[in-house]
Amino acid sequence: MLGVRCLVLGVWKRATEEGKSEIGNRKSEITIQGYPRANGTVGVRNHVLVLPTVGCSCHVAAKIAEGLPEAVAISHQHGCAQIGDDAAATFRTLTGTGANPNVGGVLVVALGCEQWAAEAFADEVRKAGKPAEIVGIQKEGGTSKAIARGRELLGGIADQVLRQERQACPFDRLVIAMECGGSDSFSGLTGNPLVGEIADRAVAEGATVIVSETTEFIGAEHLLATRGAFPEIGEDARKMVLDCEKVCRFYGADLTGSNPSPGNIEGGITTIEEKSLGCLHKGGHSPIQEVLDYAVAPTSRGLVLMDTPGNDIESVAGMVAGGATLILFTTGRGTPLGCAVAPVIKIATNTPLAESMAENMDFNAGLIADGKETMAEAADRLWALMLEVANGRLTCSEALGHREFGIRRTAPTL
Amino acid sequence: MAARTAIQLDLRDSVATALVPLSAGETVALETVTVALAENIPSGHKFAVRPIAKDEAVIKYGQPIGRATKPIQPGEHVHVHNVVSQRAVRESGVGG
Repeated sequence: MLGVRCLVLGVWKRATEEGKSEIGNRKSEITIQGYPRANGTVGVRNHVLVLPTVGCSCHVAAKIAEGLPEAVAISHQHGCAQIGDDAAATFRTLTGTGANPNVGGVLVVALGCEQWAAEAFADEVRKAGKPAEIVGIQKEGGTSKAIARGRELLGGIADQVLRQERQACPFDRLVIAMECGGSDSFSGLTGNPLVGEIADRAVAEGATVIVSETTEFIGAEHLLATRGAFPEIGEDARKMVLDCEKVCRFYGADLTGSNPSPGNIEGGITTIEEKSLGCLHKGGHSPIQEVLDYAVAPTSRGLVLMDTPGNDIESVAGMVAGGATLILFTTGRGTPLGCAVAPVIKIATNTPLAESMAENMDFNAGLIADGKETMAEAADRLWALMLEVANGRLTCSEALGHREFGIRRTAPTL
Repeated sequence: MAARTAIQLDLRDSVATALVPLSAGETVALETVTVALAENIPSGHKFAVRPIAKDEAVIKYGQPIGRATKPIQPGEHVHVHNVVSQRAVRESGVGG
């Protein structure tokens, strides 16, 4: 398994500085009220994050966070006995979450014998220009002492972070991630094309848009290959999809032979290209500027692709670790998912869902299918909502306390 | 706006998708064109909005989703009986 993954992973980023310059120079006239960070990025939230370095420190991290209403603790079971690219991706996801512009400061909660030194985590956060402190369970002498010391340190971080106020920031600093989950036959007709329209508008304003979920691009890779801003990028995108298929075959799964499924065909999907385009469409029509490995930060503005799984929690976590500050998430069946440090705008693809799960749905794209709104009208309304959320309006998943987080694994735990 | 019965996602598209079950003989008004249906179209299924020649790419989302295996007239059902995946063709090495 590891061998396969090592073979298929390569360095995909090849965007040239020359090519990036046009889109990188776009200046938006639109301003949002955000949190400018020392490294030039802009957050739309100002979280105080409690970050466990290893599964063994998650309980202590959660207890520390209970002492501060504004704190967010993430939980995971990793950070020990991992190997190769998989270990690197876990470290990158954890530190990327801490460095995300929506995070104002981080308390690193260590055990003491885990895979990576706690200092390495804190350094990544400090490099992003934000305060970071460390508490170690072994160093403090057990759970209770670590919780007490952690709460002291967290209070100090919060003092620095929570006094920051929102300021006018250019829209072009936003990094918007597109996700679809719990899809239905309307996803490709209403929600995803609508989100694609927002992607096109955001790219025109100079923002960064990340589109991912590699498994759902299978069948559209020859079309992706024509979408690169430079020939190498299109080829990288194509390679990303074909490599994903290789991994599937290694495990005896063939994603092309069964696609579209008999159920898809009955529902009206004719070819695998059509199915994948329905998913890919949420990235809009812009040229692809960059192809990124999981949880890697884009260096380009404009539309970028990231290699993530179709699993929504892991896909969103990867894009957020790469720097996404706002998520547009379409769903037809209805998923309540949120995200640890980024607001998720949940878009129902059909009106019955918008009504049955009203507390979870921020937006009803079903009005397009109902004939009550054109695509452009719905896009205007979603764009306005997105700006409100960037300015601080809580989304449904935030208000309900959803803080999902999960890391993609590509190798077994030893 | 009257209740919409079908949607054409991109003005370049040669097909539109039924949002409700549609019957032969019905007339469907889209953004730029009105199509008289030649056959029944189940909800979620596609019909041609302009003539599509044999071997011509079928366009949805503004992009090719496959190749027509026979000529298709406006209002005709567009599905697995008259469209084939270009990818499947390429992978199997059959045809072009």
